[in-house]
Amino acid sequence: MAEKMTIGTPQFKLLEKLCNASAVSGDEGEVRQIILEEVRPYADEVKVDALGSVLVTKKAASGSKALRVMLDAHMDEVGFMLIAEDGEGIYRFETVGGLDVRQLVGKAVLVGKNKTPGVIGARPIHLTTPEERQRKIPLDQLCIDIGPGGKAKIGERATFATRFKRVGPSIFAKAIDNRVGCAILVELLKNAPAHLDLCLSFSVQEEIGLRGAKVAANYFKPDLAFAIDSTPANDLPHYADEENIFYNTRLGFGPALYTFDSGTLSDPRLVRFLAETGDSEKIPYQYRQPGGGGTDAGAIHRQQAGIPAVSVSVPGRYAHTSTLVMRVEDWKNSLALLSATLKRITPDLLAEDRP
Amino acid sequence: MKSLIQKLTETFSPSGYEAAIREVIRAEVTGLADEIRVDALGNLIVRKAPAPGSAPAKKIMIAAHMDEIGLIASHIDENGFVRFTTIGGVYPQMLMGSRVRFYSGAPGIIHTEPLEKPTDTPSVEKMFIDVGAKSRKDCPIKVGEVAAFERPFLELGDRLVAKSMDDRIGCAVAIEALRALKSTPYEVYFVFTTQEEVGTRGAETSAFGIDPDLGFSIDVTGWGDTPGRKNFEMALGKGPAIKIKDGGMLSDPRIVNWMIKTAEKARLPYQREVLLGGTTDARAMQLVRAGVPVGCISIPCRYVHSPSEMVDINDVQNAVKLIGALLSNPIEL
Repeated sequence: MAEKMTIGTPQFKLLEKLCNASAVSGDEGEVRQIILEEVRPYADEVKVDALGSVLVTKKAASGSKALRVMLDAHMDEVGFMLIAEDGEGIYRFETVGGLDVRQLVGKAVLVGKNKTPGVIGARPIHLTTPEERQRKIPLDQLCIDIGPGGKAKIGERATFATRFKRVGPSIFAKAIDNRVGCAILVELLKNAPAHLDLCLSFSVQEEIGLRGAKVAANYFKPDLAFAIDSTPANDLPHYADEENIFYNTRLGFGPALYTFDSGTLSDPRLVRFLAETGDSEKIPYQYRQPGGGGTDAGAIHRQQAGIPAVSVSVPGRYAHTSTLVMRVEDWKNSLALLSATLKRITPDLLAEDRP
Repeated sequence: MKSLIQKLTETFSPSGYEAAIREVIRAEVTGLADEIRVDALGNLIVRKAPAPGSAPAKKIMIAAHMDEIGLIASHIDENGFVRFTTIGGVYPQMLMGSRVRFYSGAPGIIHTEPLEKPTDTPSVEKMFIDVGAKSRKDCPIKVGEVAAFERPFLELGDRLVAKSMDDRIGCAVAIEALRALKSTPYEVYFVFTTQEEVGTRGAETSAFGIDPDLGFSIDVTGWGDTPGRKNFEMALGKGPAIKIKDGGMLSDPRIVNWMIKTAEKARLPYQREVLLGGTTDARAMQLVRAGVPVGCISIPCRYVHSPSEMVDINDVQNAVKLIGALLSNPIEL
């Protein structure tokens, strides 16, 4: 099945639509609508839960006790919320999720459901002193300017205005974290193996604390779970003569398998199974460097009486900024590895105790 | 009991990789319980059924965590040196010059890149593990492999010293309490939990699965009886501690009273513990499902989260006796 799953025009179109949609944490409606349309023809059950996650079940062909496998990808993205109006279309704002304030200045944004254009403005070089230019501008001195004609309300969200572009082997877009995970889940559903109960959660509110995945895991009560996400690559060759030892992940090296992050010690059985699958199917993969950060797996594995879980992420440079860069090959190989893994999974995977 | 403590503390099992210590404990408790099982996160759950003819039995969960703090390889450089990050609360100043052992058995030593001042404590990012490899190809360690401190058990009179007394000493107390428990009116679940050092995760899921009526953890606590320590009345040799609060939990006062009354009736020494920072598995147990009344019995321990953690054998033995007394008689909270 893996060989049939290529990334073609429909997949690019879907990812483009997903990345260009606005879905800041807590306001995932636009992405949810796209997902609902995509999954309905292939699902046995589709439900929007109390928090707004899309929960999809695809039952195994044989009715007997199939393994329940949860696949999670979060729909939300980091962004902004308007908190005060200064008049003439100028708004103060808060950040939603992990954003570096240094990277906001001068970026174009889209405000609200109508995607009103605006900009995070700051004084130009003509009007600043050399001393001022050494300092970072604090968040409370930044504002979003949509002009006097623009319509916006306090509490509305804004996203980066970046539009999806494909350039050769790369994709440049906002919110690849984690629309690429959503796109992968849709493909896995379309090609669901017949021997598993697939439980897909397109989760809300990951960027502000893994909230959607936590309740989704309690709904599904799966036997095991994969969180599919996007993870930072810090692989620029800028370490002069020194070996880069803090790359986290590297573009072009394939899907990144997690062993340890600040939220999860991945189930070693699942890590091993993914690696064995990659080795025998000749699909490249890499290990994400153990360290900080986290994914929905951090919430999922702690629900109920414990759920074996692991994360698989597509590497991307410049995460949580206006433009993330990803390689098409990494997307493709992530899909291939997950697809092959699902196909090969049997209950034997969990027959032995966790090492 | 000392040989049991030695066996437990000389086993290597950092958080998330508890199979080695689990097998050591499983061998000890086999034959002492009515049911032994391992759950999804690797917790070892050991159930002792109530004596026949008991009234409907309350379920008591007793948690001692079997994981230990450790390291995990994050990169193997071209010359075969292992870069790493920490699992749980590892102090960088404890690492320089330390010896570690990887889960696969491979030993290594820790050193650092040159520092501006040789007396500085290097950050973890500057340190590396030398496993004797001459190149990346030659290095037996893979990214994601875990390691723990290498340090043999040491006996100093009544004082016992080892790595991972936190919380193998709690495991030893639980094992001996189970061994001594001839009959109980409760359904007792001794749970040797996983992943405590990264956030009491094993206790959270095992408590959900067991759904106990009450419970307590057995863990180490800090100390106040060495030079320069202030504002914490806790001394080795003055008895196990009955926890009133710590940084993450308020013990249920009914559990505290039950423990104190039982200790006094049995004429066992105890200390009252008010710990400002840190917490134990009891925090996670207290907050599962609709909430559980919990407490904690602590073993005073010097130099916690160092390669040489020290306890007093008398505190350990008295903790075993206290738990035996708690589990032998029925109680109404």
